[in-house]
Formats: sequence, C-alpha cells, structure tokens
Amino acid sequence: MPDLSIDFCGVRSPNPFWLASGPPSNTAYQVMRAFDAGWGGAVWKTIGEPIINTASRYGSIDLKNERMIGLNNIELISDRSVEVNLREIAEVKKRFPKHTVIASLMVESKQATWHDIVRRAEDSGADLLELNFGCPHGMSERGMGAAVGQVPEYATMITQWVKEVARTPVIVKLTPNVTDIAHMAVAAKKGGADAVSLVNTFNSIVGVDLDNFAPRPAVAGRGSHGGYCGPAVKPVALHMVSSVAKTVDIPISGIGGIGNWRDAVEFMLLGSTSVQVCTAAMHYGFRIVEDMIAGLDNYLEEKGFASAMDLVGKATPHVDDWGNLDLNYKIVAKIDAVKCIGCNLCYIACEDGAHQCIRVDERPQGDLRHGVNLRHVPVVLEDECVGCNLCALVCPVPDCITMAEIDTGRPHMSWKQLQEARGKSPNCSMEELLAGGK
Amino acid sequence: MVNDPAPKLPLEQLEKNFADINPPLNPGQALEEASRCLFCHDAPCIKACPTEIDVPLFIRQIITGNLRGSAKTILEANILGQSCARVCPTSVLCEGSCVLNAQGRKPVEIGKLQRYAVDPIVASGVQLFQAGPDNGYRVALIGAGPASLSCATELRKRGYAAVIFDSNPQPGGLDTYGIAAYKMRAAETLKEIDLVLGLGVEINSGVAVGKDISIPDLEREYDAVFIGIGLGETDALGIPGEHLNGCVDALSFIEETKSKRFDQVTIARRIAVVGGGNTAIDVVTAARRLGAEEVFMVYRRTSEEMSAFDYEYELAKNDCVTFVWQAAPSRVIDDGHGHVAALECLRTQPAAKDARGRSSYVPIPGSEFRLEVSMVVKALGQKRKLDFLQQITNLKLKNGCIVVDQTMRSSNPRYFAGGDCVNGGGEVVDAVAHGKKAATGIHQRLEATHGRKAHA
Repeated sequence: MPDLSIDFCGVRSPNPFWLASGPPSNTAYQVMRAFDAGWGGAVWKTIGEPIINTASRYGSIDLKNERMIGLNNIELISDRSVEVNLREIAEVKKRFPKHTVIASLMVESKQATWHDIVRRAEDSGADLLELNFGCPHGMSERGMGAAVGQVPEYATMITQWVKEVARTPVIVKLTPNVTDIAHMAVAAKKGGADAVSLVNTFNSIVGVDLDNFAPRPAVAGRGSHGGYCGPAVKPVALHMVSSVAKTVDIPISGIGGIGNWRDAVEFMLLGSTSVQVCTAAMHYGFRIVEDMIAGLDNYLEEKGFASAMDLVGKATPHVDDWGNLDLNYKIVAKIDAVKCIGCNLCYIACEDGAHQCIRVDERPQGDLRHGVNLRHVPVVLEDECVGCNLCALVCPVPDCITMAEIDTGRPHMSWKQLQEARGKSPNCSMEELLAGGK
Repeated sequence: MVNDPAPKLPLEQLEKNFADINPPLNPGQALEEASRCLFCHDAPCIKACPTEIDVPLFIRQIITGNLRGSAKTILEANILGQSCARVCPTSVLCEGSCVLNAQGRKPVEIGKLQRYAVDPIVASGVQLFQAGPDNGYRVALIGAGPASLSCATELRKRGYAAVIFDSNPQPGGLDTYGIAAYKMRAAETLKEIDLVLGLGVEINSGVAVGKDISIPDLEREYDAVFIGIGLGETDALGIPGEHLNGCVDALSFIEETKSKRFDQVTIARRIAVVGGGNTAIDVVTAARRLGAEEVFMVYRRTSEEMSAFDYEYELAKNDCVTFVWQAAPSRVIDDGHGHVAALECLRTQPAAKDARGRSSYVPIPGSEFRLEVSMVVKALGQKRKLDFLQQITNLKLKNGCIVVDQTMRSSNPRYFAGGDCVNGGGEVVDAVAHGKKAATGIHQRLEATHGRKAHA
C-alpha cells in the first residue's frame, strides 16, 4: 500500500488533497463534512475584517453540453467575524486532530494588525497559515489581496511581519495576475515564507449578457471583474507552478482547475507537495475526493512509488527551454484505417489549420438505400507531415491517429547547439548543420 | 359503411392513441444531442440527404443558440424541413450515414434536432425567405404535393410566378393526407405550407387540370409546366368481391384519419390489411389506435422481404398487429348483403425470382383459409395516373413513370416533373429534392438562357 500522506513544511497531512480557501471551506460544518468525505486538509475561507457580499456572485462558461468549465466569482473573504471563524477552526481541530487546517488570513497592511491576527489564528490550533496576497477583486481596492501580491516589496514586507511572530509555517498565496509569478515567489521567500501556494484566481469578465449588456455575474445590471478558476485555467496554473518550482527552492501547494487525481498528479509532478481544490467541489460536492484518493493510490502502486511524496517535482527536469529541444526529432501521423470513422476532421484541421499534409476524396452524394459508401478514410502525406499532432488531437476516436517516431539518423541538434555550430562553421547551410555537419 | 364496427373510443383516448410518437426534444435534450455532433468535414449526413441540408451547420447553430439561423439553414435547403424531420427514414439517410455508427455509437438524432430547430419557426409564422425580383416568367405546377411546393418555392426565390393547381380541397398532397397522424397532423403540414404561400406562390386548390382548366390553356398561359401529381389510387387486389362495402383503399383510409376527427372515423372490430409496405404499416397501426380489436396484416412474402422499414415494422409489432406471412388474398366473401364477411387467402410458397430479382411467392392450390373480418384495406402500391399523363403530347413514360433528364425535364421540353410520378413512389425528401432540381432546370431553360422576360 503506497503512503498517501505528505509532509508539508513539517506538517503531516493524511493525503495531498486540500480544499482551497473559498466557499467550500467557509464553515466548520463544511470542513468537517469534507474531512468525513476524505479530504486531507482545508484552507479556511480567508479570515479578516468581515465584509458584505453582493448577489449574484458567480458566473461561468460552458462548453457545448459541458457545464462550468470555467468559473468566475466576485465574492470576497469571509463575511463572518474573526472570532466565529477561529472558534470553528478550534472545533474542527479538536474533532480532526490529524487533518490539516490552514488558516487563510487577510488584514489591512499594518504590522500590528498582522501580528494580532497571526497570534489569534495560531491560538485556534491551525496547523499552517496562508497569507492571501491574491484576491483580485474587492479587497485589492482596499489595499489588500492582490494589491499586496502584485508588488514584490509589499509581499516581502508583510511576509516579514508575519514571520516576526509566527510559530507555525507560513504559506504565501500568489496571484497569477502578474507578469512573472516566479518573481513573486522569490519575494515571498525573501520575506521568510516557508511555502507558496498558487495560483489564486485570474482577473476576468466571464461573459456579457447579450440582452442587457451587463457583464456576468450581474448585480442589478452592472458587473465587476472577478476571479477566474476551474478546469479552463489548469494549463496556465501548471505552467506557473512549474515556473516557480524551477526558480525557487520552496514547497508548493498547487492550485488551479484540479478536479481529479490525474490533475493532482500533474501538479505534484511539476513540483506541488499538496494540491488545493475549490471549483470541482463547488460543482460536484466533497465526494469527488473518493476517486482522487483511489486514483492516486492506484497510480502510485502501478508505477511502483512508495509514497505520494516521491511524485513531487518528478517532471520538473523534463521541462526545458525551447532552445534545448531536439530539432532533429521527427514524428509523423499514422491513421488507422480500420478505426477511422471517416469524420475527416483531421483533414480539415490540417488543411485549414496546419500544414496541408492530409488528403481525402470528396464524398459522393447518396445514401444507404442505394448502398453508397460514405466512409472515406483520409491519407497522411508522410513526407509533408511536420508532426504537429493537430490531427491526432482533433480525432474523436481513441488511438486512431498516432504519432510515429521516424529515425532520421541525425544527431541531437537543438536551436542553441545550432547557434553554436553556426558560429563555428559560418559557411555551412542550415541543412548541413542540422545533419551534423555532414 | 362497415359491418361489426369496433366500439368508438372516447375522443380523449383516441387523441392519446394518436399522440406524437416522437415527442419534441426539450432544450436540455437538444443541447446534449447537438453536442454529440462532431462537425464532420464534407459530412456524410449532408451527402445522404437528398436535399443536402447542411446538418453540421444547423446543429452547431442549435448549440450557439441561433435557432432562427438553424431553421433557416434547414429550410433554405428543404422548405418542407418540418415534415421531413418527422417522416424521413433517417436510419437509411442522414442518421444512417452518421460517422458515429462506425464507432459503434448511437448516431446523432438529426431528425429530432431538425424538428427542434424548425418547429418554433414554422409555428411562429415568421417569413424567412424573400421572393426574387419578378423576372416575367410564369410557371404552372400541377399537384400541390411536396415536389411542387419545393419547386414553386425555388422558382419564387428566383423571381418566377409560380401557380399551383391541385384537385384536393387542401394543399400538401400526401404530406397533408398521407402521413400517419401520430407522426404529423394535417394542421401542422398546412402551417408549414404557409412558408410557401408567404413567398407569393399561388395555390389553386380544388382545381383539376384537364377538367377545370385545360392542358392547352395551361401551355398557352405559362412558360413552363411542372408535373408533381404523384400517383393514383391503390392497386386493385384483382380478386372477386373487391367491390363489397368494407373493402377500402389504404390512402383513402389514411386520408380519413387525417381530415376528420378521430371519433368520426369508423373502423371494423376485425380488419385485414393487404400489403407489406410502409403504407400498410400506417393502416394497421391506425386501425389498432382507432380501436380495432384484431388487425391482420396479410403479406405474400416473409417479414424479411417486407418493403416497410424496420422501425415501421417495430411500430406495428408494438401495436399488437397479427402478421399473416406468406398469404395471398383470393376472395372477399360477401355477408349476403353486399358487405365484407371475411377475406379468403391462400398460403404461398417461394418460387423463382422475379424480374427485379425479388423472390416471388406463388399460391399453394387448395390451401385456402379465412380471416373473419368485416373490413379489408388494400395497401399494395399505387397506380400510375396514366389517364392524365397521356393527355400531354410527347410525354415519354416508363412503367407509367415520367422519364426525365438530369434537370428533371421530360421529353416534352415545356414540361418538368418530380416526385412520385417520376420515381414511382419515394419519400417526401426525394420529392423535395426533385422539385429543387426541376426549379434549377426550369431556370436554366428560361431566364438563364433567354434573360428576363419583358412585361406585357
């Protein structure tokens, strides 16, 4: 049995699956339900001076029949008092001592105020603190959240204030609404942060009502930008996690569109020790964690990993600069004519959207009454194929189009190597250089 | 008048029995179904549709919430898109060609999606199309069935005057009178025809060409004539007793269910329907739904050789029809008062294949048996309207069907033709396709060749 538990800054968590700070972790009632369902930890909905929220608060985008592939919110931090939240944290810790409870904090940018909230949060029994430097709406206008997280000097300074009094490890939650998030991770570490969590939500307008022109979610016919999350943001979040992992040596809690064990494993492979989930729990409820646990367990066992911790950062060395990629590596598309159902999407994708390397006959007019065969299988012009993958990506049939490796017999030649070779042999053509000077 | 009529069911029950067998999709179902469409390139569903409706496009328009655009895509290609959505044998046309079949998946329910897109637009009475500027040419169309309606629509779009003559009280032909009531009601068909009327097509109902207006008059007053007269009455059984009260024609029977209230249609308690095609199925299912207690479907061959589509056969099976395979009617028996008392049949056995390659079945002498029924419905196929067609000079026929070229032009250059009178009996969608082709053919012969016609 693989060990699913993790060590996050010295805090042991039963598994890497944490609820992210947000509506699902608003109350002790919810967090206890989540722990009963199997979640290893929960980052409490951000605690601070209580706010007043609007109705409505969320907007989403759908893809055809698929609901909520991206979610936008204009909800603020907890609307309940600091006392109530901290009392409930204490209750949860009492009932679930082995589970990880992280207090998410956001107060005005004054040293004494931060000192006070940190002490009170720790007194409640929270295992870790997460500093919310990311909230992109509402709070930033009051000089908090992203207003701190977008200015490295502020982030460093407030982290330092916190670290002056904190006895528990401190996570700084980063906003993605910056030019280079790794830069912000450096700033957090400079301030003494023990870990970072990323990403917070992306500035967004999720849509506009075509009838009354109000952005969604609309509040009495008006809207405001909000924070975007959910499955649609996962690739951007993955890149940001990877970028931080390659730049700063600091534990990471990964966030952004995680909804199942596969997503979680990807975040861990790119450097996350724990992962945080919000939108998926808002969509389907807490029990999605059951398969996250079972799926991770299976994966670890199948791959021969003893511990979930073994995954952390496993993929990081594989993420390289484009300039180091082998220009002599060649693959071509192969269409399995038996599996092909004749939708010709590969053809049109290649023809209009890629490199015109697939051919197919036009279908005749006719129907089954007349025995007309309308299934036309496209053919790849392998000599022309640039190996871009697009046809395989659009193909609706699993394993129908595969990308087969072609042995070019050429040496590894990256763009950087090519530049070096050009410097050495300025009279050689590019083609000669790629062929290894032959 | 039939002996031993079945007890009349209350109207409420009858309405339930004839309720839509393919109820419309709700928005959630439509979105789910539409989302399954792959948006194929050079999509086979388009190629398998005789009218070449751009199926992937109209489905995408459903997904994007452009329902009006979706309906327009459909109706642009097929003005009877509402009828076709309900009566097309989609399993051998668009849905049969859906690529998902090849993956062992259920094809996209194109017919239902088409209905989802078209129904609200037709019901709203919105006019989606505009007639072209008047080009001075006038075309007469004989018959107001799908072929003529489609041809007239395309002609109006090009600026031709299109004048339809039809001997029935209502337009639509078999689309109005011949579609099983549980698939489509006559009122819905007529609403669909409003789209055609809205384009300025003139429909003269109750006017029989050759009687109320002469063929020479027609030829004199119009630059071209389109023949879309369909077929005639059902073929006779050719057996003694066929004239008896209670022995009726399938199409007249269906017409009755389409033009009267269901509680005004009389059905016998026990009835025999002779034939194995889709019309025979329409009759047996209607008979059961009207309250007939025992319905026999008498067919010369076996179930495998039936020309009815599989899904039609399923309908009949679900309606608890009694199938009498390999039986040929030999005599309708008189009750002594001129009414049907029974249908006498002979068992058949396979014999050498016929000229069309179909296995033929011949009666076994001495194998007589009787079906005690008081109503016999003939559903063997329709006669050609030879009496009418032979009045037109130089009109070449083959097996009683009008011979046409690629442009649907007949051997008499003034006449074009389409629909059942050309193909001997096809689907609504085939007739619509013929009508479109003929309109293009007429246009090529008139305006495209001679330019616009000067006004008088």
